[in-house]
Parts: sequence; structure tokens; C-alpha cells
Amino acid sequence: MKHKNFRKVIFYIGVIIVLVYFLFPFYWAIVSSIRPPEELFSSHPSLIPFHFDFESYVQVFTERPFALNILNSTIVAGSATLLCLVVGSIAAYAIARLKFAGKVGVMILILMVSMFPQVSILGALFQILRSFKLINTYPGLIIPYIALTLPLTVWTLQNFFRDMPHELEEAAYMDGSGKFGTFWRVILPLAVPGLVATGLLTFIFSWNEFLFALTFEQIPSMYTVPVAISMFTGYYVVPWGQIMAASVIVTAPLVILVLIFQNRIIAGMTAGAVKG
Amino acid sequence: MLKTKNDPLHKSDPAYALIFIIPSIVVIAFVAFWPLAQTFYNSLYKSALMFPQNKVFVGLSNYGALWQDPRFVNDLWNTIRFTAWSVGIETVLGILVALMLNKKFKLRGLVRAAVLVPWAIPTVVSSEMWRWMYNDNYGVINSILMSLHIVKQPVVFLAFPSTAMPAIISVDVWKTTPFMVLLILAGLQLIPEELYEAARIDGANAWQRFWSVTFPMIRPTIGIALIFRSLDAMRVFDIVFIMTKGAANTETLSVYNQWTLFTRGFIQPYFGYGSAMSVMIFLIIGVLAIFYVKMMKIRLD
Repeated sequence: MKHKNFRKVIFYIGVIIVLVYFLFPFYWAIVSSIRPPEELFSSHPSLIPFHFDFESYVQVFTERPFALNILNSTIVAGSATLLCLVVGSIAAYAIARLKFAGKVGVMILILMVSMFPQVSILGALFQILRSFKLINTYPGLIIPYIALTLPLTVWTLQNFFRDMPHELEEAAYMDGSGKFGTFWRVILPLAVPGLVATGLLTFIFSWNEFLFALTFEQIPSMYTVPVAISMFTGYYVVPWGQIMAASVIVTAPLVILVLIFQNRIIAGMTAGAVKG
Repeated sequence: MLKTKNDPLHKSDPAYALIFIIPSIVVIAFVAFWPLAQTFYNSLYKSALMFPQNKVFVGLSNYGALWQDPRFVNDLWNTIRFTAWSVGIETVLGILVALMLNKKFKLRGLVRAAVLVPWAIPTVVSSEMWRWMYNDNYGVINSILMSLHIVKQPVVFLAFPSTAMPAIISVDVWKTTPFMVLLILAGLQLIPEELYEAARIDGANAWQRFWSVTFPMIRPTIGIALIFRSLDAMRVFDIVFIMTKGAANTETLSVYNQWTLFTRGFIQPYFGYGSAMSVMIFLIIGVLAIFYVKMMKIRLD
């Protein structure tokens, strides 16, 4: 009995270590963002804050176009997600349910993109976007994000469609629906859980992406959130309070999203990998 | 599955398939394959990004120059070092945490949610958070190390080659272990309980049960997680760019490549050279990917 209790204690110590390890940096960002400057810049900061100062949050919005950066990220990530779901779901349906030659080839082509190192196409994509006058525009980021998130979307959704019973489409077809009508009215509504899962992954990816955003949006009014935060650090001063405040502002919605949809997100993340 | 000759649903329908698939193909061609071809074309020239009209054809000589460039070779080595360490540590940690989460215990839901937090945070943000914790004057890590008398003076973690790379690797481990955990956990949950029962009846202890039942069952999942993660780690850019900008011998291929294309090659004629580097990075990762896929196939048979 004693032996069992001992093992239980060890186990829970492990649990606490894991919790602290994963959550502490986030906790520390929150704490740092609400410290008064004299406590923020102390060589022995207290682990628990005693004085609060929300000046950093005010500064982020008054001294910088951070509200605009959030708007940019929302527009880019939101549009990329919606468009990727539209484009990806019809392709996934065709791959899962329609018969045509070269299906494997199409699938390989789409999956190949997920292995592309982003940096390998950075220079040329910049030139191409420049020739279409898409540098410093929303589409200049939205279009690349659709392509980058397409492989995961198509892969996950085609797994989803494959598992649906064929009788559904047959019944709709008997009722006189066309291919597209069947897809739109019968199949798509049933795929909502899959769409939510892949949509969340697409949104998080687009919200977080840095390299393309850094390269294709070169004026501060077009910066997305990650780029804006990376630019906070100046030559002489690092405004740590503001960096932490901005980090908390953009992370909080993601954390809430993750907590609400954690089962869907985990399903989306693991669907391709465990099955394939 | 119902299949009859006259069933209109199962007839070959290339016209519809084409309409359904074309948007995807167009987007991918525009964003991935055209730029890839263009990159190769660029790599054959000596040119600057801002003066595309002043390009000079140099054939494959940019590729030869690449292997003469000690910075490229060094960064390739850095990238491999980064990948091996972070993916290795993540795998071990991932298995441990996944085994923990596979048990039923209080706080399990909380731990599972907590694990997702680092994964969801933008890499730029997590890098900034850790850069603050690593700070030499005001960072909490130095504060704790000094309180515990482990170090006498604050360590400038991100300034020295001996500590900067491990610091960067530890951020990547923090950020991506969750991915490993969740994949491996999904694999663990597919293992039927009877297998453990059988092993217990045979008198296997926990360690033996892990090696004879658990590990062989999750090996395919670990394999796939390893593929995803190491291809990803070879492309690392954000963490290095934010934490050190490549200083203290932490520069990786993506960081050097981005700099060559857009800083050095902006007005100086190094854009073509940077493009050759891009192609080389693509080839290195491509070969790795093919190697992995081949390995997995053999295992699946």
C-alpha cells in the first residue's frame, strides 16, 4: 500500500512538472505585461506580482498601429481559412468520391506542397507577387496561405468524406440533385466537424505565419501581428513590457479557441498522421 | 458498397472532377510550382533583386560556389545539429508525456489543454517570451539560477555559441513537444487493453510491458511524427531569426538564405546565388522526404 502511494506521489510530481513547464512561459508573459517598469526591470523579479500597471497595454495601442496589425491578421487569416475550406473541400470530395484518371497524381501533387521549404520559393514568389502588384496587399498573403494550408485541408477532409455512407449521395441523386447539389446540400453539412477542425488549424497557421508575412508585407500599416511584434525591438531599446502585452493580447484568443475546441483540434492534428 | 454499371453516381466523371480540382491545382501551381521553377531559373544568373534587367547568365556556377562557401556549409551543419537535438528530445519527452496522459487521473483534462497552449502560440511570440526569460539582466532564468547559487553571475545565454544553440533548441522543444504528445497519445489509444492484460499474465513488469507491447504498437506513429517534425525542423526560421538573428553560431540555412536573398541580394548581385541556395535547400529536404517515405513503406509492408 505504501509502495502504491509512493508511486502516486511521484506520478503527480511529474504531472506538476509538466504543467509548470508548458504553462510557465505564458504565465510569465502575463505577469511581465502588468508589472510597473521598476519591477519589470529588476534583476530579481518576484514570481508573483504585487503591483499592477496596465500602461504597457495602453502603449501598445497608442504608440503603435497594433490595432491595425490585429485587423490585418484577422482579415488575412480569416479570408485564407474560408477560401481554403471552399477550394479544399471540393477537391477533397472529388478525390474521395468521384472517379477520374490521375487521382493519385493529383493527391501526390497536393501533398508534395506540404514538404516544400517555404524559404525555397521565397525569392521567386516575391518576384511573381511583385509582377502582379500584390506586394503590400492582403491577397499577396492570402493566396500563399491558401496553398500552404491546402495539403492538410484536402487530406483531412477526404478522409472524412471517404467514411461517409454512399447511400446518402445515392438517395440525393435519386431525388434529382446534380453532383454539385449533392455535395453542397447533403455531404458538406455532414462534414461540419471536419470543416471546423481543419478550419481552426488553417486559421492558427495563417495567424502565426512569419516568414512570408515578413517578406511580402513591407510597410508597417500592412504588418500582421507576428511581424509587428518582431519589429518592436529597436536598435537601442527593447520595450519588454509592450512585447509581453502584445504577446498576451494575440495569444489569449488562441488559447480560448484551443480550450473550447481542443477535441476538434486534436482530431484534426492526428487524423492524417495516425490513419495514413 | 453498391456498384452497378448503370449507377450514374459511380460512373467515371472527369468533367466534374476537373471542375472540383482545378481551383486547388491553380493555387498550388501559382504559389508553389511556378516559383520553384522560377527559383531554378534565377539560380542560373548573377543578379540583384531590384535590378532584374541587369542579370548575367552564369550556368551552374552558383551551385559550385555554394559548396565553397564556408558559411553555407557551417549553417547546414547547424541546421542538422538543431534538427537532431530538438527532434530527439521532443520524441523522448513526447513519449513520456503521452504515456502520462494515457492514464486516468485528476487534472488530466487540464494537462491535455495545457499541452496545447505552446503549440497554438505564434512561434514569434513564444520566441519573444523565452528571449525575455533568458535576458541576462532581468530574466527569470538567471534570477532563479543565481538564487539557487548554480551560477555566480548572470549568463548571457544568447551571446555565446555554447549556450545560444541549446537555448534555441529548448524553445523549439517547448513549442513542438505538444505535437509529438498528441500524435503519440492518439497512437497509444489505439492499443487494445487485452494486450496489456496478456503481458501482465505473462508476468511482464512495467518496463517490459512498454518495450514488448507499447513501443512496437506506437512505432508507426512515432515514425510519422518524426518525419513531420524533422522536415519541419530543417526549415527552422522564426525561432532563430527572433532570438539571435543567427549570431553566436546559431545561423540555420533558412536564415542565411532569407538574408542572402533580401538583404545582401537586394541591390548587390547575390539574388541568383541566394536562389541557388534555395534550390539546394529544396533538394536536401526533398531527398530527406523521399528517404523517409521509402523507409515507412518498407515498414508498412
